[in-house]
Amino acid sequence: MSLKIEARPEISRQLLYVTPLLAVALTVVAGFFIFLFMGYNPLLALYHFFISPVTSLYGLSELALKAAPLIIIAVGLAMGFRANVWNIGAEGQLTIGAIAGGGIALLLWGQEGFWILPLMCLAGILGGMAYAAIPAFLKTRLDVNEILTSLMLTYVATLLLSMLVYGPWKDPQGFGFPQSRMLTDSALLPVIMEGTRLHLGAAIALLVAVAAWIVMTRTVIGFEIKVVGQAPAAAAYAGFDRNRMIWLCLLTSGGLAGLAGLFEVAGPIGQLIPSLTPGYGFTAIIVAFLGRLHPLGIIASGLLMALSYIGGENAQVEVGLPQAVTGVFQGLLLFFLLATDFLTKYRVRYVTLRREVAPA
Amino acid sequence: MTFDANVLILITVISAATPLLYAALGELVAERSGVLNLGIEGMMLAGAVTAFAVTVTTGNAMLGIVTGALAGTALALAFGVLTLSLLANQVATGLALTIFGIGLSALVGSGFVGIPVDRLPRLSIAGLTDLPIIGPLLFGHDVLVYLSVLATIGVAWFLKRTRAGMILRAVGESDVSAHSIGYDVIKVRYLAVLFGGAMAGLGGAFLSLSYTPMWVEEMTAGRGWIALALVVFSSWRPGRLFLGAYLFGGVTILQLYAQGFGSFGVPAQVMSMLPYLATILVLAVIAGGPWKGRLDAPACLGKPFRPAT
Repeated sequence: MSLKIEARPEISRQLLYVTPLLAVALTVVAGFFIFLFMGYNPLLALYHFFISPVTSLYGLSELALKAAPLIIIAVGLAMGFRANVWNIGAEGQLTIGAIAGGGIALLLWGQEGFWILPLMCLAGILGGMAYAAIPAFLKTRLDVNEILTSLMLTYVATLLLSMLVYGPWKDPQGFGFPQSRMLTDSALLPVIMEGTRLHLGAAIALLVAVAAWIVMTRTVIGFEIKVVGQAPAAAAYAGFDRNRMIWLCLLTSGGLAGLAGLFEVAGPIGQLIPSLTPGYGFTAIIVAFLGRLHPLGIIASGLLMALSYIGGENAQVEVGLPQAVTGVFQGLLLFFLLATDFLTKYRVRYVTLRREVAPA
Repeated sequence: MTFDANVLILITVISAATPLLYAALGELVAERSGVLNLGIEGMMLAGAVTAFAVTVTTGNAMLGIVTGALAGTALALAFGVLTLSLLANQVATGLALTIFGIGLSALVGSGFVGIPVDRLPRLSIAGLTDLPIIGPLLFGHDVLVYLSVLATIGVAWFLKRTRAGMILRAVGESDVSAHSIGYDVIKVRYLAVLFGGAMAGLGGAFLSLSYTPMWVEEMTAGRGWIALALVVFSSWRPGRLFLGAYLFGGVTILQLYAQGFGSFGVPAQVMSMLPYLATILVLAVIAGGPWKGRLDAPACLGKPFRPAT
C-alpha cells in the first residue's frame, strides 16, 4: 500500500464549500490547544470567544456592525483577486475615504440637510477610488507591482490621517486629544435597530454583496473578470483588455473600501481619530478568501470574522485573554483554508502495489 | 554640522540598513529559486519577538539571535508546506503568514512590552575603534552588522560561483527543465525558503536587540514590505541589493534627523511618509527608467510546481 496524490480532473464543487467549514473546525481545535498551552481553561475560553458574544440581541447587532465593513471591502477585493489583481492596500483606501467623507462633514459642521450624508458617502467612495487609482496607474503604465504600492500607500494614508487629527482638524474643545469634532446628527448614519449601534451601513453591505453577485454571474464584466483570472491566454485571445480590468478592479475595491471607511466615521465612531479600525482592510483579505471570493460566501465569512473581533474583546473581558489572540486566530484560519484547498484540487488515493510473483 | 555628527549619522544609516539587508537578502535567494514569499513582515516580527524574549529570559544574546533566526525559519517552513507541498497560492499564503506573524508576535510579546534589554555589544578593538572617522565606521558595530555584510558577499558568491547556486538559479528560471535533468525542484525551493525565513528572523532580531533594543508590537513598521521592494530594485542581484538597503537606510535616517531639526516647518508625519513614498518612487523609476525590460525577474517566480509522476 502506498499513498498516491493525483490531480482531480476538475475542482471538486462540494469540497469547495466544505473546506471552509473544515478550516474553521481546525482553527477551533488549534485554539483549544493554544488556550490550554497558555494556561486558560480551553473550553471556557472558547465559549467566551465564539458563543457567549452572540447569545444576546445586542451581541448579534454588534456582530452585524463589525461584519458590515468587512463585507463591503471583501466584496471589492474578491473581484480583483479573481482577476489576479492584488489590491492589499484596502486599509489605506479606507482611511482616505474616511478622511474625504469625514472632511466634508467637518466642513459642513453644524449644518442641517438630508443631502449631507449622501455627499459624504460620495466623497468617501471617490476618495478611496482616487487612492486606488495610484497603484492602478503605476501598474498599467509602468507595470509596477500593485501589491507593494498599495501597501506602501496604506502607511502614507495612516500618517496623513494622524497629521490631520493632530493638526488642523483637531477639535478646538477636545482638551488637546488627537481627534476631530464629533459629527452632528445630519452627518451620522441612522441607527436601524433601536437600543443598538447597528446603522444603515449594515443594510448597504448586504446590498453591495447582492449587487456584486449579480454583476459577477449575470453580466459580461463579471464573465471577463473570471476569464482574465482563470485563463489569461484565452482572455487575451478574446480581446479582453487587461489594463481595463486592472483599473476596474482597483477602482471598485478602492471605492468600496472608501465607503466602508466613511461608514465607520459616520457610524460607530462619529468623528475622525488616528486609528479608525482594528485592521479591517487586511482582515477583509481573509474574509474574501474564506468566502471563496463569492459575494454571498463573503457575507458568511464576514460575519465569522466579525465574531473573531467581538469574541476577542469578550474573551479579554471574561477570562483575560490578550487581544492579540484574534490576530493569531485569523492567520491560522487562512492557513488552514489554504491547506485544505489542496483537497479540492487533488485527491489522495491508496494504491496497492502489485508484486510480481516469482515463477515457481 | 561637525565631523563627528556626520560620522554618527553614517553609523545610524548602517543600523537602519542592516535589518532591510537581512530580510531582502533572504527574499532574494527565495525568489531566485522561484518562490515569492510575501510573509517577510511576519517572519521578521517572529524573529524580533523571539530574539527579545529569549535574550531577556536567559540573558544570552547569542541564544536570542539564534532562536530569532529559528523562529523565522519555523514560519518559513509553514509557508513552504503550504505553497510547495500543498501548492497553495503563494501570494495568499504570504499574506496569511504576515497576518499570523503579527498576531503571534503580539501574543508572545504581550508580557515583554516595556522591558529593557542590553543592546548587543559593539566591537571595540583598542587602537582601531578609537581611530578618527574610520574607527567607529568600520570597527564599532555589533556582530549582526558584520554578519550581514558577510552574508551579502556569501550569497553573491554562492549564486554566481557555486554549483549549488547554479542549480538554485536553474530551478527559478525553468523548474520543468531542472526537474527533467534530475534536480529536486521542491527540495531546492524548501531550502531557499527556509534560508529566507532565517534571514528575516535575523533582521527582526537586529531590530529588537540592536536598532531599538526593546519589543513593540509591529515594530517592523513595514520593513518586510520595503525589503520586498528592494529585491525588485536590485533586479535580483546581491550587490545592488546592498546598495539599495543602504540607500533606504539613508532615507530612514534622513527623515529622523529632519524631524529632530523641527522638520523645516513640515509636519513630522510628512517626514515619516518619506521611506514609503521613496519605495513607490524607486519602483516606478526602475520600471519606467533605463532598466526597463532588463529587470530579470526569475522566470518561474510565483508559479507553483508539481512534478509529473
